[in-house]
Amino acid sequence: AAEHGGQPAPERVLFPPTFSVSEIKNKQRRHFMFLRWKQQQRKEKLAAKKQRRKEREALGDKAPPKAIPKTIENQRVYDETTVDPNDEEVAFDEATDEFAPYFNRQTVPKILITTSDRPRGRTVRFCEQLSTVIPNSHVYYRRGLALKRIIPQCIARDFTDLIVINEDRKIPNGLVLSHLPEGPTAHFRMSSVRLRKEIKRKGKEPTEHVPEVILNNFTTRLGHSIGRMFASLFPHDPQFIGRQVATFHNQRDYIFFRFHRYIFKSEKKVGIQELGPRFTLKLRSLQKGTFDSKFGEYEWIHKRREMDTSRRKFHL
Amino acid sequence: VVWDMLGNRQFCSYKITTKTQNFCRNEYNLTGLCNRSSCPLANSQYATIREEKGRCYLYMKAIERAPFPRRLWERVLLSKNYEKALEEIDENLIYWPRFIRHKCKQRFTKITQYLIRIRKLTLKRQRKLVPLRRKIERREKRREEKALIAAQLDNAIEKELLERLKQDTYGDIYNFPIHAFDKALQQQDAESESESDEEKEEEDDEDMDKREFVEADDSDLSDFEDMDKLETSSEEEQEEEEEVEKKASHSKSKGKTPLKGPARRKRPYIEIEYEEETEPASKSKAA
Repeated sequence: AAEHGGQPAPERVLFPPTFSVSEIKNKQRRHFMFLRWKQQQRKEKLAAKKQRRKEREALGDKAPPKAIPKTIENQRVYDETTVDPNDEEVAFDEATDEFAPYFNRQTVPKILITTSDRPRGRTVRFCEQLSTVIPNSHVYYRRGLALKRIIPQCIARDFTDLIVINEDRKIPNGLVLSHLPEGPTAHFRMSSVRLRKEIKRKGKEPTEHVPEVILNNFTTRLGHSIGRMFASLFPHDPQFIGRQVATFHNQRDYIFFRFHRYIFKSEKKVGIQELGPRFTLKLRSLQKGTFDSKFGEYEWIHKRREMDTSRRKFHL
Repeated sequence: VVWDMLGNRQFCSYKITTKTQNFCRNEYNLTGLCNRSSCPLANSQYATIREEKGRCYLYMKAIERAPFPRRLWERVLLSKNYEKALEEIDENLIYWPRFIRHKCKQRFTKITQYLIRIRKLTLKRQRKLVPLRRKIERREKRREEKALIAAQLDNAIEKELLERLKQDTYGDIYNFPIHAFDKALQQQDAESESESDEEKEEEDDEDMDKREFVEADDSDLSDFEDMDKLETSSEEEQEEEEEVEKKASHSKSKGKTPLKGPARRKRPYIEIEYEEETEPASKSKAA
């Protein structure tokens, strides 16, 4: 009771050494003591900070460098498949994989965008916006056609990539990206899709110019191949007159897609204005061949039990 | 008696009442409704059609077997052929009341129809329902938000674009004089030094550009476009530099006309002025 009444806590509360706040059975009292303990901790921390700052000023130049705060990116578990820029094996692989013809400028990308059965309004509009973002893309709707039968037809008509947007309860929630002539197929889970009208900006629609592509943070081998997949969606020569840029930014295994128009206000300052849809992707599986859920050879599947054990471990 | 006790008045555990109708949950019930004529408990002579694993059986209940609950229901396998099965029902239920016969055939028809439908649907692509796990969904959403905050997308994009500008991937579209221009501004005051400084500038320019080119090779491979673009653009840069040395007026204007500098800075797009000269360069890049 005395502890309840005494609101302004004493300056230095001395707890008997074997006492811990969690041993009090009464919840109210326990809570009160805990708050008091917390306040004390905060005071001590502040005092320690002040002390450190004084010391630092006193030492001047000789002070030890400031400690870097730990972030998840700093503490990331080292992945042995991280790509070293000078790695020859990687360079050789990339010269001979399925995207080599694209990067050698032998093929021009032609994309087919489609959905799962019976797309609802939101998905339809998203598909349309996506096709304006990606140049040389066509949207076709499926009415009960099997993917396996579409794929040979697409290859016959010279499509290089196939995007299937899967829909659930009227919102798009999955993306299957398949590089057509025998290419890898990546299956993503899509989230936070924002259509153009929902984005707070005052820009106009994207024009027909070929945008630039920015791929950020794809460090591991897996991330590399996914990055190349994304890069191969866009034609190789961006038209700088258009001043448009499509960004795929990987952060902690989430790939954020944004589409901006930029303007250089000076040599050190650039302004960007977001137009176009935005969405985030999370890779679920990567298959070697084209889309085949039963007999396909999977290069990578996200296994929750094994891969999600550590908070500092990322795969892309 | 049974009906009086169970069906009509007292409690029958198979009976389900709804607002408009009574249903019977008994598996041997022929119609599914709770009626005097369709109650398998109340009728001592009863027949049903039931299907197991795609095959239909006719179950019959006879009064002689009433005291033997284990042998109460007699089972007859019906043929797969629809008409033959109907005939089999008829011959098994000969002399049975019309109601039961009729309802049995109706039930059999319904069952075969839905079996056909099942077989057809399994051939088509079926939608696989994957259950969402709430805890995981919430975790993923939270992680995505935190990743978004950590990503600082706008900053990252701006930085990347400025990098590309510095590495001259845009070529001559943006006439931002690079660091050389800052030096030129400083030299603006002392004009006597300007000529020697121009030479220094040129060297600096070339050195810097070459340095930039070499660095770009080692830069992280995540920018493939950059690499390819830089290769082509740097070749053209070298050509341009040669052109530049020939046409003294062109790039040296960056150093020589410092007075235009501040004015130029305000209008970053000087395409209007230099269109004729830069058009061939930009065309070769676009091609």
